[in-house]
Amino acid sequence: MTLETFSGTFGLWMGAALTLCIFSFLYKDNPFYRFAEHLFVGVSAGYWLVYNYWNIVKPNLIDPLREEQWQYLLPLVLGIFMLTRLFPNVGWLSRWAIAFMIGSGSGIMIITYLQSNFLEQIKSTLVPLDPTGQPWYVVVNNVILLVGVVSGLVYFFFSKAHTGVTGRIARIGVVFLMVSFGASFGYTVMARISLLIGRLYFLLHKCVGVI
Amino acid sequence: MNFWRFLLKMDRRIIFVLVGLAVATPLVVPLNLPVRVTEPVRRLYRAINEIPSNSKPVIISVDYDPSTVPELRPMTLAVLRHCFRRKIPVIVITMLPAGAGLARDAMETVASEFPGSSYGKDFVYMGYKPGASLVMVGIGQDFQGTYPADGFGKPSAELDILKGLHNYDDIAMVLDFTGSSIYESWIMFAYQKYGCKVGAGVTAVMASDAYPYLNTGQLVGLLGGLSGAAEYEQLINWPGNATIGMDAQSVVHILIIVLILLGNIAYFVTRKKHGAAQVAGQGQKGSS
Repeated sequence: MTLETFSGTFGLWMGAALTLCIFSFLYKDNPFYRFAEHLFVGVSAGYWLVYNYWNIVKPNLIDPLREEQWQYLLPLVLGIFMLTRLFPNVGWLSRWAIAFMIGSGSGIMIITYLQSNFLEQIKSTLVPLDPTGQPWYVVVNNVILLVGVVSGLVYFFFSKAHTGVTGRIARIGVVFLMVSFGASFGYTVMARISLLIGRLYFLLHKCVGVI
Repeated sequence: MNFWRFLLKMDRRIIFVLVGLAVATPLVVPLNLPVRVTEPVRRLYRAINEIPSNSKPVIISVDYDPSTVPELRPMTLAVLRHCFRRKIPVIVITMLPAGAGLARDAMETVASEFPGSSYGKDFVYMGYKPGASLVMVGIGQDFQGTYPADGFGKPSAELDILKGLHNYDDIAMVLDFTGSSIYESWIMFAYQKYGCKVGAGVTAVMASDAYPYLNTGQLVGLLGGLSGAAEYEQLINWPGNATIGMDAQSVVHILIIVLILLGNIAYFVTRKKHGAAQVAGQGQKGSS
């Protein structure tokens, strides 16, 4: 058996064993589950540390500094400032680094965020309700969209008590919200079952070989 | 204890076993249930079909980690197969450190299925870059400045697929497969700022959040979860893991619907009996 074959086989059985260890939690908490959980946390931390050093810190900071590109001293200093949070006496320095991140992040994001999440969304609710020249089901769809948006917004308007007309519109908004939560729940069930399918397929296909 | 009370007090581990069986049985004995292709999936398929062969490349951003592989890998493979089959050049990148190995594996899996394709000409792996938003803006300004080398360290200037590629004007479409909100950043920067078409494949949990972007035309198409992947596999007529998994998905959904219905019936039946018993008890107290 070559090293590559052995490595593949070992990885396969390790994956199967750890999957079963995690599944054992469905019966009750046990040492096998805790072993797998702790192993995952440790391996993940090690992977992230090594990967981030070789793929982020070294090529983006250490290598440029070795090439005497001194402008990279600024991110180095800001990075060190972030670590000062560990020391209460000088912890305030970390705010400068955080301020830089928030400022630059906001500057990059704010216009496009407003465009895609605010203006475009408002524009898409300005739909024609006139039945002339369009199928009846499109009109019904547009009416539902309009009622859903308006009643949903009224539900989240807290400067007026939800009584009378406002209350009735808000209650319609609740119905739309419930439908939306139901759809999200359905999708969530599908997502979780997909993960189970993935693991069982792995066990039955690669380990047991019945598929 | 009658049947309804048993249902309400049933050990949840029985449900776990039922769900396990409902998943495993269709995997071993396929039912071949039909998969209906939905409009968001068809729209993405059409958009990729409209890209001329051997012209501008597409960027495929593999932004998921092992926790969402069962949902997102099948759709990544399906879209990659479609692009390779149509001879659309593919640039594979990732914005997540944990996605680097998965992106490379997906690309190599599909490339091995198309022996005529060659690395550097038909497809390329640019690896992981930190700072997703800045990378997206960087691609819009100077692609090769943002990616001076590919994921294996080969200079970008030496790769045929990248020759003449400067920014989003030279890219046909960005396709993001993700279990996070990175696709929103692609919309904000690639589409809103630079006008490049964006398509997305997301986990089922996130699909309902992505629909507003589809509705506004900011996404050309959307694949949601395992069902989205299975629908795409059907469109390209290349059944894969998603199609295999959909039988299990359907059976479990039926099981869950039945359990929800039974649970609610049991609740109302036992509450009615409990209420009647309480009324009878109060009546006896009153007469004594």
